[in-house]
Amino acid sequence: MATLHMTKPATPVAQVNTLTTGRLPKWAPWAILGGSFAVSIAVFALIGGSSEAGMNWAGALVVGAIVSIVAQYVLSLVVEGTRQAADRFVTSLVTSAFALALLPLVSLLGTLVANGLARFDATFFSSSMVGVVTQGGGGIHAVVGTLIITLIATVISVPIGLFTSIYLVEYGQGGRLGKAITFFVDVMTGIPSIVAGLFAYTLIVMLFNALGLPLTNVRTGFAGALALSVLMIPTVVRSSEEMIRLVPMDLREASYALGVPKWATIAKIVLPTALAGITTGVMLAIARVIGESAPLLIAAGYTLYMNYSAFADPMMSLPVFVYRSYTQQVGAGAENMLDLAWTGALVLLLIVMLLNLLARLIAKLFAPKGSR
Amino acid sequence: MTADTATAVPIRAKQRPGDSVFKFLSTFSGSLILAILAAVFLFLLFQGMPALLPGAAEKSSFLQHADGSFLAYVWPLVFGTLWAALIALVFAVPVSIGIALFITHYAPRKLAQTLGYIIDLLAAVPSVVFGLWGATVLGPFLQPFYAWLGENAGWIPLFSGTVSATGRTILTAAVVLSVMCLPIITALTREVFLQTPRLHEEAALALGATRWEMIKMAVLPFARSGMVSAIMLGLGRALGETMAVAMVLSATGVVSFELLTSKNPSTIAANIALTFPEASKLDINVLIASGLVLFAITLIVNSIARWIVARRSVGGK
Repeated sequence: MATLHMTKPATPVAQVNTLTTGRLPKWAPWAILGGSFAVSIAVFALIGGSSEAGMNWAGALVVGAIVSIVAQYVLSLVVEGTRQAADRFVTSLVTSAFALALLPLVSLLGTLVANGLARFDATFFSSSMVGVVTQGGGGIHAVVGTLIITLIATVISVPIGLFTSIYLVEYGQGGRLGKAITFFVDVMTGIPSIVAGLFAYTLIVMLFNALGLPLTNVRTGFAGALALSVLMIPTVVRSSEEMIRLVPMDLREASYALGVPKWATIAKIVLPTALAGITTGVMLAIARVIGESAPLLIAAGYTLYMNYSAFADPMMSLPVFVYRSYTQQVGAGAENMLDLAWTGALVLLLIVMLLNLLARLIAKLFAPKGSR
Repeated sequence: MTADTATAVPIRAKQRPGDSVFKFLSTFSGSLILAILAAVFLFLLFQGMPALLPGAAEKSSFLQHADGSFLAYVWPLVFGTLWAALIALVFAVPVSIGIALFITHYAPRKLAQTLGYIIDLLAAVPSVVFGLWGATVLGPFLQPFYAWLGENAGWIPLFSGTVSATGRTILTAAVVLSVMCLPIITALTREVFLQTPRLHEEAALALGATRWEMIKMAVLPFARSGMVSAIMLGLGRALGETMAVAMVLSATGVVSFELLTSKNPSTIAANIALTFPEASKLDINVLIASGLVLFAITLIVNSIARWIVARRSVGGK
């Protein structure tokens, strides 16, 4: 792993080949790593074999890693000197930081697939939670709700976001409004998702109060979509602004020189050139908001029933379905509920991954030539 | 693009309807964003106000539980929010800087991009999935470790108290939070590390520095302000995170620094998510006011981060 040809040994040794002495051979880190793990696992197997708890794999791996880091440091200190030892120490720390971050990812994906497949069946995709007590039930109402809410949120956010980014690049450059928008888009990116949910809720309540409507129908799919739009607009603005800025000035000037009006230049030259990038940004923004649960819990509520109307009655969504199923583990149906939660989470993650994959694919396939 | 010459009468472009429509639409959208943000703030303020007025305590069961004043109600939540985010950062910062260094300076060049994608994968996982995983997998996994800590290190105030039997403590919540803000900090610090002038790095290596000495002398000083702002943005994420905390933490709303007990402080966001669906009348206003407090806290943190970035881009370039 470590390349050793860049530096000289700290203290040159006389009369021998100074380029190869005073340093550990290239295979040494790997040998130390393997040896430490072998020793640690052996020790833990000896301890764990006698107790009834069984082998403690996590402990063995952690101790093995620590032993390896210390052994490498000490060995390097003796053979190579303090500077090389510090270098090796940092190398192993940095590498183990990466390995450490992989642990939750692997554990999460592993349990998600293992537990989620239990109810990943036709019933899940064909029934809602009406009348479910101990078994059965599904999340089709949540899947449909998520699709409707996300669709409305996209329809609201994309035009606003896109036109704002057009304003920032084509019209408001350097102007006071342009600067204000850039600043406040930044502020908006930092809004906690639950605050967006509270906003949508209060907006609808105050609207209903002003119109004199009864407050029984406040939590709807539309309110949820409003909350998601607040979270989605800044991401769309950021990504499409970046993409529109990448369109070369030459293209615009060539178009102006031919007498094409500004709006037609934007619509026919700038946007088509940036389309792939903008689409990618929109897909990533959708992937981001489709997993939001807190704002939907507040603004769209939850229900057991299938609801196709975004303007009446609460609407279930997949993230809220996962949360509700998790919290509703009571009595005989507890296990079924937890399984449903895992399956809902698996479906949600699959949708998010699909969107991400699609976004990268679009970026790769339709990127204008020359920009890559 | 308008080149006025001294003699010619300036040529005015023909006003086409398409142009004015387009200009109006984009200016309108831009202004709409400002209006939305103002609306978020004003609506929350308007709906949160009733909770701050005198006499609110009689009408709100939440306030009655907390000595009658909004401040007494929100203070433990603010404490919990900051405390959980702080512990999360203690875990996340060294690890994510390590990962960023690994990807930019240690991993083989060919692998680097793939490794970056893997870390970005963590950012794509919805928070509710993290919550489910934290509560059902991570909590029970860490519990024996907590029990051991409580037994052997109980004399340290942080680890004192009766150890939770479920593992759903604030420490577990902080670990989940740290996993969630790790990809953000990593992605941003990675960018900054990559911006280090190549010549500085090569000069350090040419003078005989080891790789670590090169990083210490050339990369880290250059990246310091970028790292700080990345950390602040990660903090912003950790402060506003709702679902993962709501699902992992078994909160009782106390103010306590003990990490391992089953009596944990709650966070603002998690408290709203847990109590809002069943709240009514003035309780809703109380929760909205607490949401406003959270908004203010994240706003301050994010502004500091942006300010650091702005200061650097003026002075550094």
